Amino acid sequence: MYRRIPLIVCFIFGAFMLIQFFVPHRVSTEFYEMTLEWAQIIYAFALLVGALMLMKHHAVNATRKSSDDRPFSIIVIAGIATMCIAGLIWGHGEGTVFNWFFQNVQAPMQSTMFSLLAFFVASAAFRGFRARNTQAIFLLIAATIVMLGRVPIGELISPVIPQVADWILNVPSMAARRGIYIGIALGSIATSLRVILGIERTYLGGS
Amino acid sequence: MTDKVLYIHKPFLILLILTLIPFSAQAAIDTYDTPNDGGNSITVTWGGEVIAQSRDKFTSLDIQRQKVAESAGWETAAVLPVTDSVFVDDSVKDNIPYKYRIVFSAPEGEALIFESEPVKSSPQFFNTKRLNVLIGVIICCVILFYYIYESRKGKKFYLRPIGGLQAIDDAVGRATEMGKPILYSAGRGKMQRVATIASMNVLSSVATKTAEYNTPLIFPNSEPVVAAVAQEVVYEAYLKAGHPDRYNPDDVFYLTDSQFGYAAAVDGIMVRRKPATNLFIGTFEAESLILAETGNSIGAIQIAGTDSTIQLAFFIVACDYFLIGEEYFAASGYLSKDPMVLGSLKGQDWLKIIVGGAIILGAVLETAGIGFFSKLFGIG
Repeated sequence: MYRRIPLIVCFIFGAFMLIQFFVPHRVSTEFYEMTLEWAQIIYAFALLVGALMLMKHHAVNATRKSSDDRPFSIIVIAGIATMCIAGLIWGHGEGTVFNWFFQNVQAPMQSTMFSLLAFFVASAAFRGFRARNTQAIFLLIAATIVMLGRVPIGELISPVIPQVADWILNVPSMAARRGIYIGIALGSIATSLRVILGIERTYLGGS
Repeated sequence: MTDKVLYIHKPFLILLILTLIPFSAQAAIDTYDTPNDGGNSITVTWGGEVIAQSRDKFTSLDIQRQKVAESAGWETAAVLPVTDSVFVDDSVKDNIPYKYRIVFSAPEGEALIFESEPVKSSPQFFNTKRLNVLIGVIICCVILFYYIYESRKGKKFYLRPIGGLQAIDDAVGRATEMGKPILYSAGRGKMQRVATIASMNVLSSVATKTAEYNTPLIFPNSEPVVAAVAQEVVYEAYLKAGHPDRYNPDDVFYLTDSQFGYAAAVDGIMVRRKPATNLFIGTFEAESLILAETGNSIGAIQIAGTDSTIQLAFFIVACDYFLIGEEYFAASGYLSKDPMVLGSLKGQDWLKIIVGGAIILGAVLETAGIGFFSKLFGIG
């Protein structure tokens, strides 16, 4: 029984979401908007559960002297405590301590992580473009043309290069991407139907 | 706007009354309930030779409406450029008759007025512009149900070998031999995404194997709902494998919903704990390459599957195996060998053939200048 109720709820809401796409009546749209609000409420509670999960995980690590993660867990707990105290005492608007920490600690750290992407792209490109076989040679040539076609120097070398780059992106590359999109769309439809009908029930924990 | 007064100079008034009747006959003002909507909307269109010829003379166009039943005065619904020819009034009430008139006016006071028949607004129960989608959904359902039914009857279906999924067994075995953990990431997709649900199916199979081999499975999450579901999925898998004692709830945990915060944390876990195998199965964004390249640098065997086509290119370069397109959604049936799921995969193949046929037919007809076929696929 404890598994049948979630399956029934899933079927009702899954079928409703499918039907409401075709029904413009306001009863349908209002119920749809209400379910989205319910999802937001569930998410808010889940966020609380997530925060508790995070604290528990790091509290366990921080108290274990043998754990390699101990210093990092202490930093996480200290960071959470600092932000909570700053937010609760001075608020979280413009010019507050909370905002200062966010702008001067968290935002630069996120930017740092994002900027690492440039180096990772370079190292991945170096590995990916090695001309090991015929297919890799084609990949290398196509990539070189597209890269040159996207920067001003490509047009300086020859005005044909940007046109060829656009053709590669809009014709063969697009054809491959659309093939993948169709596969993903059909896979999504089949998976959704399996979930709605209760054939696929692993997400409930076990089959 | 409602108290705006329309001035009509007296000398022109008689002329205006005299000219209204023939103008009304030659000009078309049409009002109708806006189709395929949730109600509270009337569409007004106008055109015709007289209006077309008069547009140069007038500088202002007022759309006015009146509730017929109350015999109330005219209120201005909108002021539009004189070149416009359609107005959708979204501020009406359902089942109340309204009359509309369009008033073209010039600075000197000259005006042209056209009045409509009464019209009511009402909500619709079916969006006819989406009929083609409904037919498509019905075709999909019929084919999928047929093959699910066939598989329930015991018919066996062949599933081609999928390298990325075959490698999961080897990857788990490798981690066990090396005495290192397996890291699983479902990316940043929310639980309601089909890709995340598919990821949970793969997670269940992986967790069953790690339970059997007693290999630690680390699953950091960026979504609290996914974390809660994943804990349940992993626990059930360990229970099914007969080793619930080996399940460690602290290994399936929530990190942060910050994109690069999540990437930094997972990178840190990889560098410190050096997993033998990384599984990136889910929805990924810009963090995909940061994760995959860090995994590559620690020498982990990496298997990726995602519905994000842009990130697929990064995974192809940085991972050892990857699941492309429908392979990702086939993983559940492939790993569980559930005949009902396998039946639906066969149905997917037939749908792909139908879509492929429609694309070829559409390309041929469009090339031949026949456009009706591609128009069948437009969505309103």
